[in-house]
Amino acid sequence: MRFPIIATALVATNLPATAQDRPTLTVYTYDSFVTDYGPGPQIETDFEAVCGCDLQFVASGDGASLLSRLRLEGARTEADVVLGLDTNLTADAAETGLFAQHGMDDASYDLPVEWDDDMFIPYDWGYFAFVHDTSRVSGEAVPASFEELAGSDLSIVIQDPRSSTPGLGLVMWVEAAYPDRAGEIWQGLSDNIVTVTKGWSEAYGLFLDGEADMVLSYTTSPAYHLIAEDDATKAAAPFAEGHYMQIEVLGTIASTDQPELAAQFMEFMTSDMAQSVIPTTNWMYPAVTPEMGLPDGFGTLVSPDKALLFPAGEAARVRDGAIETWRTALSQ
Amino acid sequence: MLTLDGCRIVQGDFALTADFAVNAGARVSIIGPSGAGKSTLLAAIAGFLPLAGGRILWTGKDIAVQPPGARPLSIIFQDNNLFPHLTAFQNVALGLKPSLRLAESEAAQVRDALARTGLAGLEDRKPSELSGGQQSRVALARVLLRGRPILLMDEPFAALGPALRAEMLDLVKTLAAETGATLLMVSHDPADAKRLGGQTVVVAEGRAEPPVETGLLFADPPQVLRDYLGD
Amino acid sequence: MPRWPGWIAVAAILSLTLGTLALVAWRAEDSFGLGSGLGPADWAAVRFTLLQATLSAVLSVAAAIPLARALARRAFPGRGLLITLLGAPFILPVIVAVLGLLAVYGRNGFVSQGLSLIGAEPISIYGLTGVVLAHVFFNMPLATRFLLQGWLAIPAERFRLAASLGFSASDTARLLEWPMLRATVPGAALVVFLICTTSFAVALALGGGPAATTVELAIYQAFRLEFDLSRAAFLSLVQVAICTLAAALAFRFAIPAGFGAGLDRTRQRWDAAHWTLRAVDTAAILAATLFLLVPLALVVARGFPALPDLSSATFAAAGRSLWVAAISTALTGITALSLALLIQSLRRGAQLVEGIGYLSIAASPLVIGTGLFIAIFPFASPVALALPVTAVVNTAMSLPFALRALVPALAEAEAAHGRLADSLGLTGWARLRLVLLPRLRRPLGFALGLAAALSMGDLGVIALFADPSEATLPLLLYSQMSAYRMDDAAASGLVLIALSLLAFWIFDRGGRANAHA
Repeated sequence: MRFPIIATALVATNLPATAQDRPTLTVYTYDSFVTDYGPGPQIETDFEAVCGCDLQFVASGDGASLLSRLRLEGARTEADVVLGLDTNLTADAAETGLFAQHGMDDASYDLPVEWDDDMFIPYDWGYFAFVHDTSRVSGEAVPASFEELAGSDLSIVIQDPRSSTPGLGLVMWVEAAYPDRAGEIWQGLSDNIVTVTKGWSEAYGLFLDGEADMVLSYTTSPAYHLIAEDDATKAAAPFAEGHYMQIEVLGTIASTDQPELAAQFMEFMTSDMAQSVIPTTNWMYPAVTPEMGLPDGFGTLVSPDKALLFPAGEAARVRDGAIETWRTALSQ
Repeated sequence: MLTLDGCRIVQGDFALTADFAVNAGARVSIIGPSGAGKSTLLAAIAGFLPLAGGRILWTGKDIAVQPPGARPLSIIFQDNNLFPHLTAFQNVALGLKPSLRLAESEAAQVRDALARTGLAGLEDRKPSELSGGQQSRVALARVLLRGRPILLMDEPFAALGPALRAEMLDLVKTLAAETGATLLMVSHDPADAKRLGGQTVVVAEGRAEPPVETGLLFADPPQVLRDYLGD
Repeated sequence: MPRWPGWIAVAAILSLTLGTLALVAWRAEDSFGLGSGLGPADWAAVRFTLLQATLSAVLSVAAAIPLARALARRAFPGRGLLITLLGAPFILPVIVAVLGLLAVYGRNGFVSQGLSLIGAEPISIYGLTGVVLAHVFFNMPLATRFLLQGWLAIPAERFRLAASLGFSASDTARLLEWPMLRATVPGAALVVFLICTTSFAVALALGGGPAATTVELAIYQAFRLEFDLSRAAFLSLVQVAICTLAAALAFRFAIPAGFGAGLDRTRQRWDAAHWTLRAVDTAAILAATLFLLVPLALVVARGFPALPDLSSATFAAAGRSLWVAAISTALTGITALSLALLIQSLRRGAQLVEGIGYLSIAASPLVIGTGLFIAIFPFASPVALALPVTAVVNTAMSLPFALRALVPALAEAEAAHGRLADSLGLTGWARLRLVLLPRLRRPLGFALGLAAALSMGDLGVIALFADPSEATLPLLLYSQMSAYRMDDAAASGLVLIALSLLAFWIFDRGGRANAHA
């Protein structure tokens, strides 16, 4: 009887030992990145195939709660890399002093704007847009600007900027398009707004159930319906003021004990391998267009003439005032 | 006359038949072994249990079709005769008007009934502030006030001591004589039946026997009663 | 009965609610938030919170009264099943229920479509109407259960006596049911008020705009966007203060029912035979069934088409949810019983302890989660503890309901049998096992069923501890929605409803089977 016990003990101690041989890279990200539907599983498989390491995603709510968590943890964080902040958050993130400079100065990205940030690099991006169902709203009825939308009878669902990333994006969009008239624009929109939801999922669900004509989402949302559901009825409305962008980024924690692996992961995320996973899992534009080009379906998407974006530092300054303008205008 | 015309009561495996009449104004004790169905008989007359067959007639009219409160009778249970959250006055007044909205003359009637049962001055007490005997008197005062021609009592004074019980039985007798009420009382104690006098119904072996003069019954008890009495 | 388990429970609740709040305040980088007071937006949030919570509480209880009365005095086939089903809205995840409600009352819902057939304008429920409607939808079932318990607690002998005196239905209502309602309604209304005070996703989804936001949203802003922990803690304290005031008011108005103990028998009512009353009760039951079950049926119908495509991920998530629910149900049972026994044994301060038991609904889940994170992070990986933490937070969240069910029942059991037990020298475990637990079977079954169902629906799901790779069913549902997979989410919602109801039914039935009423 003694031998089997010893054998079991050997196996038991041996197995973890091989796992321990591989270094672990811990990447903090938001929930939807790591679900079965998101890019996470494929990214993990692909990166582990080249790094000889164990890539562990740790997910926490959305981008904003990710940053809050990081601030709670401070310098003791176990994160090596943080993936999933956006340009509305990077200034606050940089201010924590937790992030290292990436040193990838020669990298180039396929973004509508110049990328110049020494801590964070982009991995995907998109335009916020109002999405509608062409079988219900089409032709002349599709608004071409905020003012046309405000003047129309169209109903919209939006998200609360205090609890949702797209919600904040919309507030910044109006602020960027109408720096002096944001309050007025919001007052004009107030009778179009059916309701304001906690997050994107609720709003999009209400829209799909026919509760509103349009929903605040991304120009890339119709691509999901086209590619995954073979449904060409969803479209984004191009606005003359231009569209506010969301650029999602990743950065390395300065105190990481795996600086080489972290750097390798930063490189990997902008590589062809990772970038070709992004479009049909995160349903955003890749930061670097893959060699094979974008998937079919992305070609049919509206492409705004003008990209709006507050630089990171300014975004942080503008944010609170913009939310207050929004809240005041809609509370009347 | 109260007539139980071929009455049959069924509760699961238990069945009881009763087929007899009681004269108006009679005093009838109902005795028998525990579980024989004394209380069941009373509950059926009062309307808490449906009849499986037969009729209950009062002055020729079938009362078995009426709901409990509409039958020409009052009932006093072993306990729970009073609402604990209402005063003695209110508990009695319920017998007159469940709405408790009384005219002055009606309030006077309530006070009178309380006085006749020896409760003058205790109107505002709640049941918990009254003794067991006093609680029974409140229930009796309500019976008086309702003035229904039949009074059913289900071991009414079981919780009282012998002296108090005798006193209450005498009070019941007096009140029944005054009002001419027909009295049916379930008891497990032969002494109660003897004290009440009148007639006695023996309930045993699934049957309620017709009433017999109480004195005669105890002078020569049938076998079932003898078994019950233990002599 | 030893009091220490109760005191441990008190300490645990205080740590979980006020303790986490203190930790968050302590961890704050500065203390400006504490001194900053409430801005105009915060006051607006406080006003709206009070308004909607008060309306929701009053209407939920008002709607529950005719339903509970009808259920209490009518026996019909399927009554038990109906009572279980009517409880379903309370245990649904918010977003699932909201979509179900909108399928009826929404712009594209049944009612509006019916109106458009006759050429009328579609209705819009967004705004205060929608928030209150949804809150009544969620909470009326709970209020109904509390009131139904109150009705069943009126001894059968009282109804018999009433019948012998020829009470009409209105006499019975005034003399028997009204005193019971005075004792039961404030507590039931308080619980609904507290739930609605901290409700937040409902207010947002149906509120129609930032005018309809609650204090909890201001906490979100302070935490997520400003990372102003002291302000988050301060706002959370404001929320606790509102709830404490409400509780104080409710306890003031609650008048103990003076129903003595009676031998329980099958409730039979002689005052309610009239056809108009039958009609009233039938209407109450039908109306409630339509109001509560049609949205539910639509949620179920929506989930069916995707059922065949259920993935192994759904089953794994369902398994984890069952595990979490099992743990928190056990914890809720132990904690609620210890607390109820402590409350029963206290001569002074019983209401204070009971109030502490309700604290967890008043506390902000975001602040609880953050505080726990601050407490745990230095010692262990929060992600590794995701499921145990979820179970503990679920326990805290279902505790108030369990307590509400157990405390009055225990008081009654003690009043009825306490002296007999005392005289027999029955104390401690023997008293609990032989005297009290048998009398508590019904409320305990109900409490455990509620805890199981609520845990399945993850009332206390907390982003900082949620681990999507080890997702529970509600978390999976949300992640499916955020990945455009609305059909999969609907199927997950259906599985969630089925499991929650099953869990509730098992315990609730266990409490009723063979229980001597």
